[in-house]
Amino acid sequence: MRPVLYVLSFIVVMVLAFWAYRENYTTQYHLKEMVSLQDEIATLREALILQRAEWAYLNRPERLRNLATANFDRLGLLPLEPAQFGAAAEVTYPVASMNPELGVDGTSMIADPVEVLGQTASDARTPVVTAKPQDKEFP
Amino acid sequence: MIRTPLRPLARILSARQKGENPDSIERENLRLRHEAIRDKSRMRSEGRLLFLGIGFLAVFTTIGARMGLLAATEPIEPRAAATGAEITAQRADITDRNGRILATNMQTYALYAQPKDMVDPVRVSKELAAIFPELDATTLERRLTDGRSFLWIRKVMSPEQMQKVHEIGDPGLLFGPREMRLYPNGTLAAHVLGGASFGAEDVQSAEVIGTAGIEKAMDVRLRDPAQAGTPLQLSIDLTLQAAIEEILGAGMNMLNAKGAAAILMDVHTGEILSLASLPAFDPNDRPNPLVKGDAGDSPLFNRAVQGVYELGSTFKIFTVANALQLGLVTPESEIDANAPMRVGRFLIKEFKNHNYGPKLSVFDIIVKSSNVGTANLAMIVGGERQAVFMRALGLFDPTPVELVEASGAKPIVPKKWPDITVMTTSYGHGIAASPMHLAAAYATIANGGIKVTPTLLHGGVLQNGPRVMREQVATDAIRMLRGVVQAGTATLANVPGYQVAGKTGTAEKPNKSGGYDTKKVVNTFASMFPADDPKYVLVVMLDEPVEATSSTPRRTAGWTAVPVAAEVIRRIVPLLGLRPLVESAPVDGLTAVSN
Repeated sequence: MRPVLYVLSFIVVMVLAFWAYRENYTTQYHLKEMVSLQDEIATLREALILQRAEWAYLNRPERLRNLATANFDRLGLLPLEPAQFGAAAEVTYPVASMNPELGVDGTSMIADPVEVLGQTASDARTPVVTAKPQDKEFP
Repeated sequence: MIRTPLRPLARILSARQKGENPDSIERENLRLRHEAIRDKSRMRSEGRLLFLGIGFLAVFTTIGARMGLLAATEPIEPRAAATGAEITAQRADITDRNGRILATNMQTYALYAQPKDMVDPVRVSKELAAIFPELDATTLERRLTDGRSFLWIRKVMSPEQMQKVHEIGDPGLLFGPREMRLYPNGTLAAHVLGGASFGAEDVQSAEVIGTAGIEKAMDVRLRDPAQAGTPLQLSIDLTLQAAIEEILGAGMNMLNAKGAAAILMDVHTGEILSLASLPAFDPNDRPNPLVKGDAGDSPLFNRAVQGVYELGSTFKIFTVANALQLGLVTPESEIDANAPMRVGRFLIKEFKNHNYGPKLSVFDIIVKSSNVGTANLAMIVGGERQAVFMRALGLFDPTPVELVEASGAKPIVPKKWPDITVMTTSYGHGIAASPMHLAAAYATIANGGIKVTPTLLHGGVLQNGPRVMREQVATDAIRMLRGVVQAGTATLANVPGYQVAGKTGTAEKPNKSGGYDTKKVVNTFASMFPADDPKYVLVVMLDEPVEATSSTPRRTAGWTAVPVAAEVIRRIVPLLGLRPLVESAPVDGLTAVSN
C-alpha cells in the first residue's frame, strides 16, 4: 500500500509542477500582451486627443464664418435673426393625398417647402388640435 | 520496548546468599531507568529547540533578503493592475458650457543637445538655424563648442521640424517628450483662458503651469491628477463669445476706439456666458508683458475685469434704487434738478449745459440722465447710506470671478465722503470700478434685488445671495431703465421684440495733470433684457470711441456703445433661444401712411 501512495504522490507533484510551469508562462505572456495593449490604448488615446483638438481647430467659429462667407453663393448662410422664430402652430398640416408618399401636387412631401401662415402671436398660441387626454386604465 | 526488570531474580538470589539487601538492587535499577528517561527527553527537547531555531532563522533570512531586494530594485509600474481611466493627460482640458474644447493638450517634443556627443557642431548649428528661423548660427555654434555638456534648443516643435532635425542625423541632438497646451480657437476668449507655459523642466517631461486667466486661477484643479480626466467646464458659450467678439471688434474699428469690452451674464445663476476684451491676443503665442508704458495698452490687459474706469451715469440707477429702497422717494417724486448747481467751489452741470429743471421726477432723472437731479437725490440719501448700499452691491471689493486678474482689480473708492464726493459718486464720477462690477450690480437689480455673484464655472445654480433691495424697488428700477431705452439716451438700443432696458454712461478720462480730458472718454452701456422678466445682463464698454459720421464728432455712449450693444443683442438673442415678443399686427390690414 505504502509504495503505491509514494508513487501516486510523486505523480501528483509532477503534475502540479507542470501546471505551475505552464501557468507561469501563460501569466507572463498575458502580462506582455497587456503591456502592449496598454501601449496601444495610450497611443489611441493620444490620437483621440489630437483628433479632438483638430476637430475643435477646424470647427473654430472664425473658420466657419469665413467658410460661410466664401460659400455664400451656394449656401446662403446668414446669422440667425429674431424674425426667424416661428410657432409650431404656424406650420400648416399637409393635406393627405391618395398616395401617402406624395403630397397634394404629386411631389414628394419632404421636398415641399414648409408653408408658414399667419403672423399674429395670438393665432400662434392657439393650439390647432385640442386632443383630449384619454383615461388610461391600469391593471 | 523491552523493559529491564527492577528486581532481576538471579541478582536477588545471589544477593540474599551474600546477606545483602536486595532492595538496593531495585533502587539502583530504578535510578538507571530514571536517568535513561531523562536523557531521552532532554535529547528530544534539544532537537525541538534546534528545529525551531532553524525555522526562525530561515523565515527571518527570507524576509530580510526580500526586503533587501525590494530596497535595491528599481520600481516598476504594476502591470497587472486594471487601468480603466488612468491619467490621460497631466492637465485637464477646458471646455465651454456645451463641451466644445477651449484648451487641450498636445503631444510634442522638445529639442536638446549634448555637445559632448556631437560629431560636427558647425554643420549642426548651420542646419538648425535653417530649420528654426529664430536661431542664430554663430551664437548656437559658440554655445555648442564652449565645453558645456547640455543645452536646450527648442521647447516645442512641429512634426515637420522634428523630421528635419532627424535628417541632420547628429547623435548629439536629442528629443524629449513634451505635453504642450493648445488653444484651438486662437484669440477667442483669450482673456478668459489666459495662457500656460512650462514650469520645472526635465528631459523626460515638463510641468505645464497656468500663467494668467482661468488657467492660473484654477491651476490646482487643472493639475489635480484625480480630476485630469474630467474637463473643466466653463460657463462661456463659444458661439456667443464668437458673435460678441466679432460685433464688438467691428464696432471698435468703426468708432476708432482704443479698446472695448463686453460681458454677458445670466442674471439668475451669475454665469458669465461671454467675456470679451479687445484688442485680444493669441494664448498659443502669448506676447510678453509691456516693460514700459501703460500696462493698459497691452493686449494682455483684460478691460472687462482688470480695468477700473469711472463708469459715469450707469451708476445713477444705484443712487435711485437706494433712495427707493430707503423709502425716501417714489418714482413719481419731484426732485430739484435746476442746473447748474453750485457746491462750494464746484459746479455740477448737465450734458452740454442743458437744464432739465427746475423739477424732475425720479423716473425722469434716470431717463434724462440728470446729474443735478441725481446729486440732489444723493444728498437726500446721505453719504453713509450711499456707501453701505454700494458696498452691498459689491462695488467696493474685487469681484470673486475665477480669473487671476480679478483679485487685483480693486475699485478705486473715495476714502472720505464729503458732500461733493457723495454727489459725484452718485453719478459715477470719483469712483472707478471694472465693467465686471457693473455687470454684477446690474444683474442684482435684474435678479429682483438678490445679490448675484459672477462666476465663470458652469454649474447653473440659482443665486442665493443676500437681498440688497426689495423686489418692488428692483421692478421700479428696471422700469426706469426701460424708459431710458424707450425715450431717453439709449433709444438706439430698442431692439424690437426684446424690451431692452439699460443705462448709458459717458465718463471723461482723467489726464495726467489731474483734470479730465474731454476728448478721451469711456462709454458704457449696461443693459438687461427682456425688461418684463430680465434673463440676461449685457455690459458694453468702449475705450476712447468717437462717432465721426456727423459734422461734429460725437463721443456720448448713446452714439457709440448703445448701437454696438443693440447689434450684439440683435445677434445673440436667437442664439440664446429668446423668442421675440410679437406685437399684434393691425387687424384691419390698413397701414398708417404719412406724407
